[in-house]
Amino acid sequence: MSLLEVDGLNAYYGDSHILFDVGLHIERNEVVALLGRNGAGKSTTLKSLMGVVAPRSGRVMFDGTDMAGKKSHTIALAGMQLVHEDRRVFGSLNVEENLVLAGLTAPGRWPLDRVYEMFPRLKERRGSRGTDLSGGEQQMLAIARALIRAPKIVLLDEPFEGLAPIIVQDLLATCRALAEAGQTILVVEQNISAALALADRIYVLNNGHIVESMTAPAARKSPELLHRHLGV
Amino acid sequence: MFTWPNLLSQLFNGLALGALLALISSGLTIIYGTLGVLNLAHGAMFMLGGYAGYVAYQATDSFIVAVLAGTLFLLVVGVVIERLIIRHFYDRPHEDQLLVTFGLSICFVEIVRFFFSSLSVNVPAPAIFSGITQLGVMAYPTYRLAVVGIVAVALLALYLMLYRTRLGMIVRAGIEDPVMVDSLGINVFRVFMVVFGIGSMAAGFAGIVNAPVVSLTPDVGEAILVQTFVVVVIGGVGSFPGAVLGGLIAGEIISITSMINPGYAYVMLFAAMTLVLLVRPHGLLGTRGRE
Repeated sequence: MSLLEVDGLNAYYGDSHILFDVGLHIERNEVVALLGRNGAGKSTTLKSLMGVVAPRSGRVMFDGTDMAGKKSHTIALAGMQLVHEDRRVFGSLNVEENLVLAGLTAPGRWPLDRVYEMFPRLKERRGSRGTDLSGGEQQMLAIARALIRAPKIVLLDEPFEGLAPIIVQDLLATCRALAEAGQTILVVEQNISAALALADRIYVLNNGHIVESMTAPAARKSPELLHRHLGV
Repeated sequence: MFTWPNLLSQLFNGLALGALLALISSGLTIIYGTLGVLNLAHGAMFMLGGYAGYVAYQATDSFIVAVLAGTLFLLVVGVVIERLIIRHFYDRPHEDQLLVTFGLSICFVEIVRFFFSSLSVNVPAPAIFSGITQLGVMAYPTYRLAVVGIVAVALLALYLMLYRTRLGMIVRAGIEDPVMVDSLGINVFRVFMVVFGIGSMAAGFAGIVNAPVVSLTPDVGEAILVQTFVVVVIGGVGSFPGAVLGGLIAGEIISITSMINPGYAYVMLFAAMTLVLLVRPHGLLGTRGRE
């Protein structure tokens, strides 16, 4: 059985219907990219999986349990982590407190040294408050905060957005290393080449509907299809 | 009337009142910062702490037992109220939250009035702190000096809890972004319960510690609620250091103005709040606004 199987997921913001019967599945050790234009419902999909937005109907089978409608902490305890688009680093806590807090309730949490090995920059800045970090450092911390919980799946919401190209290269290399080590990832990304460089498979979301599902190599070979859906 | 000893004495009164406001306001500010609920029953909880202490004092004749009783009773009241009532209001509009806490405050006041009448009751200061202390040119009630010390210790305890413990780390993170705390596998609703309990406890402790200074009546919390609300706005919502600074500022403003003309104490207090809001909309030590 897939690690994550989503079926008929419908989500609303107030009265506006955002996701229409979204269905997708992700196998263990797989990296899947969810592509789509602005406002297609990509972030809402991730938030619905994590329980930040409560889906109105549908099934979210995660590791054998239906998580639809469950609270975020329950879903986190089951081994899912969402790295939010706006990072949501705790500004009043320092880097190390952010990491310790994140690991508190994770049974198989990584030791801090392992996190610092992956992100040496965070070790240098371990005593700095979240508000004093650069955008790139905040993104590293947001990802590190998810990883320290040793999650079964990480949902990354536009991890490379608004970052300098050199930092994007760095983070992309880190994500690749993670993927090669077997980390299951669902990534939402506007940067198509970065997403295709990372992913094994892609889904395309359009106006809240899944309209395409294919392997990443196939997507690379059919740029006209991506152009049609994504306008790139 | 203005004389130097009078001014000095009023400065001390301001410090005592300010320390007390700081303690009550830190409870209000961490509750509002974390849960997003403005607790209009906070003043009534201050009053309940005084009466719970009064009952314990009547039974045991011990001021220490009275303080423990007032504090622990409010911890229990806070936790029970959060579980039974407040938690059903997290997803409801602010008006509903205001109405339910306002309703609770009326209930608390009237329940106390039912059992103890509207007449004031008296909790005497403990014997070691009774009498007058001569401070240079002025004589000052010893217990009021002691209140400053007791409240300072309580504030220090609260500070250590918030900044040196794991629970404090969770609470500070929760003040900033409760949704993210929940996403990290920490049941934020349990955190809310603990925070509401601790905030109520601070009000109860302040209520009994302050009881020997005032005459205790069922509506003693009303004025305090207004003052603590101003303190939270001046200091910055959700900021513990802000509550301490705001408390001291408000205490001195009320005290100094009262020396010149008591009728203007609130005018000056609200003028100060308006000034702060104009210059720093998030309060002196507040950061982001909470929606």
